[in-house]
Amino acid sequence: MMPDLGKYAFAVLASYGASLALLAVIVWASLRRARKVRAELEQVEARRDAKG
Amino acid sequence: MIALLSRDLALAVRAGGGFGLGLAFFLIVTVLVPFGVGPDTELLSRIAPGILWVGALLACLLSLDRIFALDWEDGSLDLLATAPLPLEALVSLKALAHWITTGLPLVLAAPVLGVLMSLPPEGYLWIVASLAVGTPALSVIGTFGAALTVGIKRGGLLLSLLVLPLYVPTLIFGAEVARRGAEGLATATPLALLGGVTCGTIALLPFASAAVLRINLR
Amino acid sequence: MEQRASASLWEWANPVKFLRLTEWLLPWVSWGAAICLAVGLVWGFFFTPDDFRQGSTVKIIYLHVPAALMAINIWIMMLAASLVWVIRRHHVSALAAKAAAPVGVVMTLIALVTGALWGQPMWGTWWAWDPRLTSFLILFLFYLGYVALWEAIENPDTAADLTAVLCLVGSVFALLSRYAVLFWNQGLHQGASLSLDAEENVHDVFYLPLLVCIAGFVLLFVALLLLRTRTEIRARRIKALMARERMG
Repeated sequence: MMPDLGKYAFAVLASYGASLALLAVIVWASLRRARKVRAELEQVEARRDAKG
Repeated sequence: MIALLSRDLALAVRAGGGFGLGLAFFLIVTVLVPFGVGPDTELLSRIAPGILWVGALLACLLSLDRIFALDWEDGSLDLLATAPLPLEALVSLKALAHWITTGLPLVLAAPVLGVLMSLPPEGYLWIVASLAVGTPALSVIGTFGAALTVGIKRGGLLLSLLVLPLYVPTLIFGAEVARRGAEGLATATPLALLGGVTCGTIALLPFASAAVLRINLR
Repeated sequence: MEQRASASLWEWANPVKFLRLTEWLLPWVSWGAAICLAVGLVWGFFFTPDDFRQGSTVKIIYLHVPAALMAINIWIMMLAASLVWVIRRHHVSALAAKAAAPVGVVMTLIALVTGALWGQPMWGTWWAWDPRLTSFLILFLFYLGYVALWEAIENPDTAADLTAVLCLVGSVFALLSRYAVLFWNQGLHQGASLSLDAEENVHDVFYLPLLVCIAGFVLLFVALLLLRTRTEIRARRIKALMARERMG
């Protein structure tokens, strides 16, 4: 299955690895912050509604 | 206007502010570089124009946060903003004061430090000319950066980060003039481009700086 | 007709409507991005032949070219959003510019890293002070400065204004740097891999998966942008509600 990368295997694999890792980091960070902020907003809104 | 300029100059000289510091930093850089790269005269004379330009740029960068910081802290910046003088003129004056206290001494010190860097004899005229044309742009751009970060505590690092990429064109053209001059090549093209950058920034950036200052004083 | 079209564009500027529209749109864009990226990258990695000169390193273009394209286009998008904020004072626009910047940082970083990894076997060096490389390094610094300025300022409206001005001035200087750098050093970097002029294009075998990858990167950016802008809008709302709470 694995294509023969020849003598440039390191460059190709490192590029894919580094890029996918960087993309994963930004996606993960965005999702995490989105979830945190969303939960916090719900909390604040619930507090406001409770007060009336 | 003149009163404001002379006040700024007096403050800079008296308070031991940016005046000596930039010059001392410039001296330190040019003294330390030969220790770092070795005393090879040929190598030194080749890199001399670049090192002198980088040293001048860093010396300029070092003194930027003083442009507005003192006036901001004691509240006189708010007073100046409400004065009849338009803010655009104020920031231009501030940049001019910064240039007189930092840029001009650097221009004058460059030939002396060129001796330390064994600058080739053809280079002296061009290092002075390129710094004289280029440092005003450094001051004006720096004033914009200082206006952006005026309200931020410990904004020094941020200021350097913001101004660094803005300094690139000036540095490239300025160092190119000095390098070509030192090698005895034609310098007209980069010198014209450097002059263009300087004129452009002097003409346009004060408006951006004034706008930014207005936002910060709001 | 045109009146209605433009009216619908500005509806995006209403935070509530923006949240509702993107709620619906986000899953589509996200899945589109995931599919395009998966197809494009797998196609590029497993099913393309080696280039006769570059060997297997040609596979790196499926990451390098789209990331580099996005790095520039995200800055242009931030510039447009900043202009909209300055002229029409739509908060969503300013927040979108803020949300886009970190994605731009990542794209620039990917372009630089893959470029270095490719350059090592091909040019024999990780880094050369080539005009394109240097311009990207400068662009990277601009992104960092922009993000740092957003982080440093407390008041969100002041931050939006100041970063918008920085973006405008930065764009002019970025363009200026590009020409300055070209003047300073003629480079090693090959010309455009993609252009309308077919002669200049890379070969067809590499071209199609590359297009899919570019589509994937664009969709990924849009998905991240929508997600992050939604987060910023919510964060702003929390701030406003908290302020009201404190007021009593």
